Amino acid sequence: MGGSILGERVLRKEDPKFLTSGGKYVDDLLDEPLLQGALHVTYARSTVAHGRINSIDTSEAAGMPGVVAIFTAADLGLQPVPSSFNPAAARTLLASDKVRYVGEPIAAIISETREQGEDAAEMVFADYDVLPAYTDMMAAMAPDATLIYEACGSNIVFDTTALGIPANTGDDFFKDCEVVVRGEFMNQRVAPCPLEVRGSAVAWADGRLHQWISTQHAQGAHAPVAATNGVDPSQVRILTPDVGGGFGAKIGAYPEELLLGVLSKRVGKPLRWRESRSESMVALGHGRAQFQRVVIGGSRDGKVTHYQLHAFQDSGAFVDMGTILAPFMTRPMSSGVYAIPNIECHTTSVVTNTTPTVAYRGAGRPEATAAIERAMDLFAYEIGKDAAEVRRMNLIPKFMEPHTTVVGQTYDVGDYEESLNRALAAADYAGWRRKQAERRASGNVKQIGIGVSVYVEITGGVGNGEQAKIEILDDGSALVYTGTSPHGQGHATSWAMLASEKTGIPIDRIDLVWGDTDLTPVGSGTMGSRSLQQGGNAVYSVAGTLVEKAKAVAARLLEANEADIVLDTDRAVFHVAGTPAVTKTWADLAVAEKANGGLSHDEYIGVPGATFPFGSHVAVVEVDTETGKVTHIAHTACDDAGRVLNPMLLEGQIHGGVAQGAAQALLEEVAYDGDGNPITSNLADYAFISAAELPSVTVVHMETPTPVNLIGAKGIGESGTIGSTPALQSAVVDAVSHLGVRNIEMPCTPQRVWAAIAAAKK
Amino acid sequence: MKIQMTVNGVPRENDVEPRTLLVQYIREQLGLTGTNIGCDTSSCGACTVHVNGESVKSCTMLAAQADGTSVTTIEGLAKGDQMHPMQEAFMQNHGLQCGYCTPGMVMAAISLLEENPNPTEEDVRIGLEGNLCRCTGYHNIVQSVLAAAKK
Repeated sequence: MGGSILGERVLRKEDPKFLTSGGKYVDDLLDEPLLQGALHVTYARSTVAHGRINSIDTSEAAGMPGVVAIFTAADLGLQPVPSSFNPAAARTLLASDKVRYVGEPIAAIISETREQGEDAAEMVFADYDVLPAYTDMMAAMAPDATLIYEACGSNIVFDTTALGIPANTGDDFFKDCEVVVRGEFMNQRVAPCPLEVRGSAVAWADGRLHQWISTQHAQGAHAPVAATNGVDPSQVRILTPDVGGGFGAKIGAYPEELLLGVLSKRVGKPLRWRESRSESMVALGHGRAQFQRVVIGGSRDGKVTHYQLHAFQDSGAFVDMGTILAPFMTRPMSSGVYAIPNIECHTTSVVTNTTPTVAYRGAGRPEATAAIERAMDLFAYEIGKDAAEVRRMNLIPKFMEPHTTVVGQTYDVGDYEESLNRALAAADYAGWRRKQAERRASGNVKQIGIGVSVYVEITGGVGNGEQAKIEILDDGSALVYTGTSPHGQGHATSWAMLASEKTGIPIDRIDLVWGDTDLTPVGSGTMGSRSLQQGGNAVYSVAGTLVEKAKAVAARLLEANEADIVLDTDRAVFHVAGTPAVTKTWADLAVAEKANGGLSHDEYIGVPGATFPFGSHVAVVEVDTETGKVTHIAHTACDDAGRVLNPMLLEGQIHGGVAQGAAQALLEEVAYDGDGNPITSNLADYAFISAAELPSVTVVHMETPTPVNLIGAKGIGESGTIGSTPALQSAVVDAVSHLGVRNIEMPCTPQRVWAAIAAAKK
Repeated sequence: MKIQMTVNGVPRENDVEPRTLLVQYIREQLGLTGTNIGCDTSSCGACTVHVNGESVKSCTMLAAQADGTSVTTIEGLAKGDQMHPMQEAFMQNHGLQCGYCTPGMVMAAISLLEENPNPTEEDVRIGLEGNLCRCTGYHNIVQSVLAAAKK
């Protein structure tokens, strides 16, 4: 018997296409028959952050070259659509009574070319009564603030007290603590920035709507698209072409996508829509945007006993997914990796006149980790102990049975101290501390900072299983159908590895089908690091059942008992035990089963719950104390995602996650002026991280399998982002802590670092 | 206006509007959609192609300016089934995930090695600063380019 393919560094099947002809993204569907003669859609957008609409004048735009039609909410008779998370917050898909952020769509222009539509959008004139614009949550929560959604009665749109969770108590909570430290941190708003912006195309054919969307979840778009078009879901087919990144921001269907079928029906032509990057920066959902008040208390010898977090989540101008990340992702993970006996965590979500917030790589867990890790650093400074050692003293000891924290979240398995030990050793933590001491002693302008973070996160929290189907074709090759949806993760390779492991069919003879609601009607998509542990698990399980089905067919053909049939996975043939020369191939069985509907298996495989990957990151920076410039010089990540299917893909996920986490710590921030005008609305103004701003990443492997699924896998898609940000922020502060600096807000730009040093010197 | 150029070895002659960008001409008129558009400020490099052997962000150039030149896009690199060594290096080193930045990144990387055949890691990082990737964290892109340089 050959070895298992699982755990091998298998190169990606999908790469030759991407490398030679490029992927087929939604804007590349030039040859699609249903889209021939398609017109282009451009959305005119609000230029004010908050205002009551008096009128929208489209007459001048309508006369522009190439313009076929223009529609406002009134023209289409759009009715308000309530938020799933707070029905009192309802908006029309094109703004009608009010606009609530700069970039909100107000009219749809249909034109022959995209350029004509962009020109016409400039000529749509809306008249507004401008209202106070809130870009700051505290201002939006003020008692006399103008309401962004009047029907909500408040700009607070979701609060954990409404779930019956008591509000945080006062200082009395800490009365038994020798040491109490407070902090306020802004986990700033960032832009997900997939390299491919949003795009979609639609065509009505034979009474059905065919819609291609650059999405992470075709099945999730299916019902809202049908509802918007007022048709039965059976009349809608959502298709997913190649998707150029999502990072959480392409989970939900956006107004611009939902309306396309309606517009297409009006003009009787297929339509294409692709936003520009400048539109994407203000209309694709943003991430993070959480303000945190923390108080941490404990004993002077380093034991943390009390922790309070009040997280204020900026929802932006709609009650979208960002709203619920604080209560349902940040709060459950507020204890982090620590055994803290007393925790209070209150979350408050607030609407503002900014782009709505959605999930972004990590989605609520990076915020939870950042809060407790920053608090741990402040506590360590206060008692004068090494930050890594204070963490070690407070870690939840290794557990191989489920562990429930004081906030009520149960973790599957964990060995946090081992991950910390491995990361510190691989990073040469002690060596860097020596170098730091040397630089400090010599008064070098460039100081070294070392930051450590230890985290645990929740993955596979979305969905409770996944659908998989495997079909054997007449030539013995296989098609795997999955409800997950790749956009860079390498599912075509991973799912083929899992199916190959059970069936013996080589991976180059296994192809993947996804994101087509006619072919894969059931699916929860790819988000929350769920794919392998739920989608891969389903493929693995279904492949096993298919082998059993195939054995029954082989028994019939070989005139033997089913129990005597074995599958030789090295040769991918079935034979009677002890008679390896007389075989039946997968092709033989598929052909034999043709009359019975073919050889396939289709099943929804449930999983009992989420998994809790963990790890430790060590970041090293050099800070120029005269200019404030930070250089990220080394990064070590020990991320434990349970059993590893393909270490090459795992490392790729970590590298990418670290880069996005580093981007938040050092560079990226979505900013608005006082009137709510975005000032980072293109890639020249937004500090998108580049290769020149990153070091190579040292990845340290560690595998603690989870009992939650057949594979033993947890999610790895978001770990890098969660672990790296607090480690880097901590490293920057550490570099100048000897000057008296205790905190520097993210992103730790030269200006902020310089200002922090200057303030500490006073 | 009429323009002519050689694209991936094939002579082309087309009528274009004067304001047509080279990237629009390549994608929409020639149907070569491997070259992608990722921004509108010439920041991301997804549209990088070679014009007369040098890498150019094809959104910064009018099609008319490329009149009479020889243009190579990602579709023109492989010889039959034989990938260009840079394409092969990206495959071997997992230098791509979603694939959207990849064509431009590969074109920029080839140009980088032509200028500097033995780059250090830092040379590669600085050399590719104008090509953005959101998936890979650049780690394996840098490894790919260094591996291709060793070939």
